[in-house]
Amino acid sequence: MTVMKVEKDVEAKRMTIVSEFAAPIDRVWQLWENPRLLERWWGPPTYPATFVDHDLSVGSMVTYFMTGPSGDRPGGWWRVLEVDVPNLLRFESGFADDDGLPSTVMPFMINRVTLSEHPKGVTTMAIETRFASLADMEKIMSMGMEEGMKGALSQIDAMLA
Amino acid sequence: MLTYNYMVVDMTSDARVDRLFHALADPTRRDIVKRSLTGEFSVSALAGFYPMSFAAVQKHVAVLSAAGLVRKRRSGREQLVSGDVDSIRRVGALLDQFEEIWRGRIDRFDTLLIEESGKGAEK
Repeated sequence: MTVMKVEKDVEAKRMTIVSEFAAPIDRVWQLWENPRLLERWWGPPTYPATFVDHDLSVGSMVTYFMTGPSGDRPGGWWRVLEVDVPNLLRFESGFADDDGLPSTVMPFMINRVTLSEHPKGVTTMAIETRFASLADMEKIMSMGMEEGMKGALSQIDAMLA
Repeated sequence: MLTYNYMVVDMTSDARVDRLFHALADPTRRDIVKRSLTGEFSVSALAGFYPMSFAAVQKHVAVLSAAGLVRKRRSGREQLVSGDVDSIRRVGALLDQFEEIWRGRIDRFDTLLIEESGKGAEK
């Protein structure tokens, strides 16, 4: 299993997902740093992403758009908050308005990606996403998601446990 | 489907979500929800499960009811409480959906790493 652990903290409006890859840390970092590689995994197959501006240095804005099945092109952005190659990337992310600028009415989230390699050749990637508010969280869920409401009772029970 | 209809900030919905999560943040309330999903309980029957007063349990039930997680109905002198499955499902679904998105990304991430390693494609 690639995904090792998922932690959902309802109170903190936070989800952490930890995964492990049979690859050295530099190659894992490349999938974030190289926009041509990044766009091959960021969007789902039905909404592939194209990154327009992409520079992972502190304060820089990363912009992208996704292309939907009906030709719609919703945009998104990141603002880089902290970088420590190849161990840490912290960024805000959100949706763009029609002019490709960060939307002031759309919600955003804060993401923290940490990478570590141990043993050699095995890289652990932890992604923590924190929502600014629960309302933001719900809006994001409602927007980007292909998957419908599929909360089976068993999953709810696991969450409530 | 991606839709921008949700750009419209819906205060009613915001307040509702906050109530839902607040209601579920307490372990006693989570337990009441779990029990009330299995059937109807009177408040006094629920109070028997917890080391707290009837009034305290009644207060928890009121919070859950305001959040739409349980329904109350009167039967004689008793108040009967049952779980509202749809609301509870909604809370779980929010987090589940987000998990699904990231699982999808990580699957593609892993596939890509393998492909790139096959090509010997280092930057």
